[in-house]
Amino acid sequence: MKRAGFDTIWLPVALLMPQLLIIAIFFYWPAGWALQSSFYLQDPFGFGSTFVGGENYTSLLGNDQYKRVAVFTILYSVLVTFFSLAIALLLAIKADKVIRGAKTYRTLLMWVYAIAPPVAGFLGILFFDQSTGPLTKFFQMFGWDFKLGVDYNATATAMVIVAVWKQIPVNFIFFLSGLQSIPRSVREAAMIDNRSATGRFWQVTFPLLAPTAFFLLIINITYALFDTFGVIDALMKGEPGNNPMTLVYKVYLDGFRGNDLGGSSAQSVILMVLVLILTVFQFRLMERRIHYT
Amino acid sequence: MTKLTFSATAAALAFTATATFAETEITWWHAMGGQLGETVNKIAEDFNASQDDYKITPVYKGSYEETLTAGIAAFRAGEQPNVMQVFDAGAATVIGAKGATIPVQDLLADNGVNFDINDYIAGVRYFYADSDGKMIGMPFNSSTPILYFNVDALEAAGVTPPKTWEEFQTTTAPALKDAGYIALSQSHLPWIFTENFMSRHNLPFATNNNGYDGIDTQILVNNDAIKAHFTAVTDWKDEGLFEWYGTGWGDNAKPFEEGKVAMWLGSSGSFGGLLQKDLPFEFSATELPYWEAVTAEPTQTFIGGAALFAMSGKSDDENKATAEFFRFLTAPETQYFWHQETGYVPITEAAYEVAKKDGHYDRFPAAEVGVNQLQAKAGDNTKGYRMGFYVQIRDIMNREYGRILTGETDIETAFKTIEKEANELLARFGKTQG
Repeated sequence: MKRAGFDTIWLPVALLMPQLLIIAIFFYWPAGWALQSSFYLQDPFGFGSTFVGGENYTSLLGNDQYKRVAVFTILYSVLVTFFSLAIALLLAIKADKVIRGAKTYRTLLMWVYAIAPPVAGFLGILFFDQSTGPLTKFFQMFGWDFKLGVDYNATATAMVIVAVWKQIPVNFIFFLSGLQSIPRSVREAAMIDNRSATGRFWQVTFPLLAPTAFFLLIINITYALFDTFGVIDALMKGEPGNNPMTLVYKVYLDGFRGNDLGGSSAQSVILMVLVLILTVFQFRLMERRIHYT
Repeated sequence: MTKLTFSATAAALAFTATATFAETEITWWHAMGGQLGETVNKIAEDFNASQDDYKITPVYKGSYEETLTAGIAAFRAGEQPNVMQVFDAGAATVIGAKGATIPVQDLLADNGVNFDINDYIAGVRYFYADSDGKMIGMPFNSSTPILYFNVDALEAAGVTPPKTWEEFQTTTAPALKDAGYIALSQSHLPWIFTENFMSRHNLPFATNNNGYDGIDTQILVNNDAIKAHFTAVTDWKDEGLFEWYGTGWGDNAKPFEEGKVAMWLGSSGSFGGLLQKDLPFEFSATELPYWEAVTAEPTQTFIGGAALFAMSGKSDDENKATAEFFRFLTAPETQYFWHQETGYVPITEAAYEVAKKDGHYDRFPAAEVGVNQLQAKAGDNTKGYRMGFYVQIRDIMNREYGRILTGETDIETAFKTIEKEANELLARFGKTQG
């Protein structure tokens, strides 16, 4: 049997070229620059620069604020990922059961997906306004003197709530289609074996949803780490102050507000390594543990 | 029909092109939004209408920080504007980059515009100058922190605006509290309660003559006077005499505008905006209070706001246009207009005289407060400060002050942290200049 293939090497290269070029121009090139400038201290206007070796990295390790930001980033990612997945899964299961008006429910639940992160952030500002925000008043009912931009925990809570709210629709869409692709026969067989809906969910439905859930887990971690930038920026209202922030936001602050290009580059190199680890983990785990039927 | 419209448009375009052929066009990047931005546009229009040779186009680039970053990025790409507005905290960055700008004093001299630094009012002369006293940036919107107060509230409480913090603490604030007000809020802790705390009490803010004379500068922020001030501020907060609404400028101004807070420390440049807002009460202003325990004779404060820098790498024609624009900008009439509309101080003595003669200060006594404060007695430490990476140093202050006021840290630790992190940044900035 003849294997299908190309006669020359040039055609596949030519076909791959656009993609490779885009990656080279928009990723490898800037990444190389970031790596290089992370070893220098540079005048913002580009006049002088001094080679400082690993100083940009070591000064980060000795910086309490960097540690605080790193801890917050981990906590924030865990909370955002957990709540956006859990709430979306719950909504998807409920929506899956609705028969009458199902489309309307689903559309309404997906709607938020169309909102850009900064817009979500501005809606957050209205909801959490210090004097008029309805959610501020809600928290105050429980005796929590909720003050956005003043109290660290309050600002962190607002950031989590807005980021979760923004992410639920994406997860919802995936979970719902995952649920709907579970064969009817499997569900009916499970119904005979186990009368408990909760039991059926954890023993049958959830394992079958695992590929979707794992994919979403990775997507959501990336979202919490990087794509929440707009939400955080909006809720910060232009002044970092004593507000919580993520590592990505600090890269931006030091580089584009503080004009410390070397320090900012070192931080982005650290983030690049983090993403690399996450990717390796994703592929490893995907191969071993998750079975696609 | 379409064809006809098209040719008509083309003819019109060709006509305009001929008419404007001789004009040298220059651009001006600024950070003046809202009411201030409208005034900036009006000044540009007036300049363009005043002559036929030059045309300036102002472009709003966002906040001060955003404008500086945009300008730096543009400079690195060779696309810099002719005139860039840089705020106080960015002064060391832009002045440190020798070759990025043309010192305004040289620009004016080279293009036949008279310049004498003594024409400028005392407080604004040297803030944007180098260590030899040569003016590098043209102080454009110069403001200084002053105390605004709700006249009705103070009358209800039966007190007069405080001159000293001691008076505030013992007399003014408790009376205002009894009258149902929060006595005080402020909009910028690093600017008002740190930088100008130093200048008001003539305390050194940094080594090397406040940073002007070298780049191996160390900050002197961790001193007993300012720590005592912050101890007092936290006590006031605990007693309900002071409130902090976060790091944002507007968040702290709003309660004053709503009449909840009786006195607000803001910028003299806030005056025009407050006037336009048509507040439900009468307001006025007085000079920034000082601690009698620290000094018997308060000194002049630093100017805040921003300066205009002429970017290098432009043709002689364009530089000439920039110089002419600066001539127009510093003319007493332009300065008086700017001062009236915004509340930023007039930067020249001549403009101040025009304002006085016109009776501006009889109509609005509050408008003169900033000018007087900037012309108060000078001291060794009142000319300004020059520190690199200062935008980040301010952010560190804001962070630690916020943590003090929310009880996350104590004053002693916070000031040690500010000192340590600021000195690290200053050392790093020194290396970027190598």
